[in-house]
Amino acid sequence: MLITRRAEFSASHVCAQPSLTPEQNRELYGPAANPNGHGHNYVLEVTLKGDPDPVTGMVFDLKQLKEIIQRTVIEPMDHRFLNYEVAPFDKVVPTTENLAAEIWNRLSPSFEGGRARLENVRLYETEDLYVDYAA
Amino acid sequence: MTRVTRRYKFVASHRLHSSRFSADENRDLYGKCNNPHGHGHDYILEVSVGGPLDAISGQVVNLISLDRLVDAQVINDFDYKYLNADVGEFQELVPTSENILRVIEERLAAHWQSVFPGNGPRLEAIRLRETKRNVFELRAI
Repeated sequence: MLITRRAEFSASHVCAQPSLTPEQNRELYGPAANPNGHGHNYVLEVTLKGDPDPVTGMVFDLKQLKEIIQRTVIEPMDHRFLNYEVAPFDKVVPTTENLAAEIWNRLSPSFEGGRARLENVRLYETEDLYVDYAA
Repeated sequence: MTRVTRRYKFVASHRLHSSRFSADENRDLYGKCNNPHGHGHDYILEVSVGGPLDAISGQVVNLISLDRLVDAQVINDFDYKYLNADVGEFQELVPTSENILRVIEERLAAHWQSVFPGNGPRLEAIRLRETKRNVFELRAI
């Protein structure tokens, strides 16, 4: 059985690869490469997979899931400029793909060895673009 | 596994009517979708692309190229059109959402390799939302 919890954070970023010229970055990323950055209201959906506990009837304690998402993702990233304030985006381009993978890496240790395992991370950058990631 | 999904919109009208059936049979089969002058929808098209993460760009698919392909092959031809009359494939094919999905898949697949050569981005699924209540999906193309 799958359960999904949604969370939101707002952050700014620039998509530009330091090894490329400004013109190449502009061609690759479009306005997302504008040097001073821009922001999004990101929507994160975290999906766990497991069998409901026979006593509690729950796949995972949703209060606990909310706390894990809050502590590992929302608090470090909300209202931040990702390139400057959130590692590894000082070195890695904060595309939606890379951000989804980083969020997976931050969440996954909390689910090792438990009843429920991390199944999918879906990150909406806008309503028109989202990325699904599973390691 | 990384999969990117991009959403597009087009507005179009259509009429569900097959020349193989009588007027009564068409009415029974398609109901009010068979009304003679057609009707329209705000279609939402979702295109899901999988593949390896490009080491330089940090992307699975270049969104500018994907937008250009979908606009050229689908949106420019479908948006603000009467599908039965204005889009070649639907002169013969009844423009049900199932058939619209097949046509979109054929159009994207025909040009995919020229835009995304080699083992880069793969077209994994397309979904068409005709209304909030009706969703159609074609997977693993």
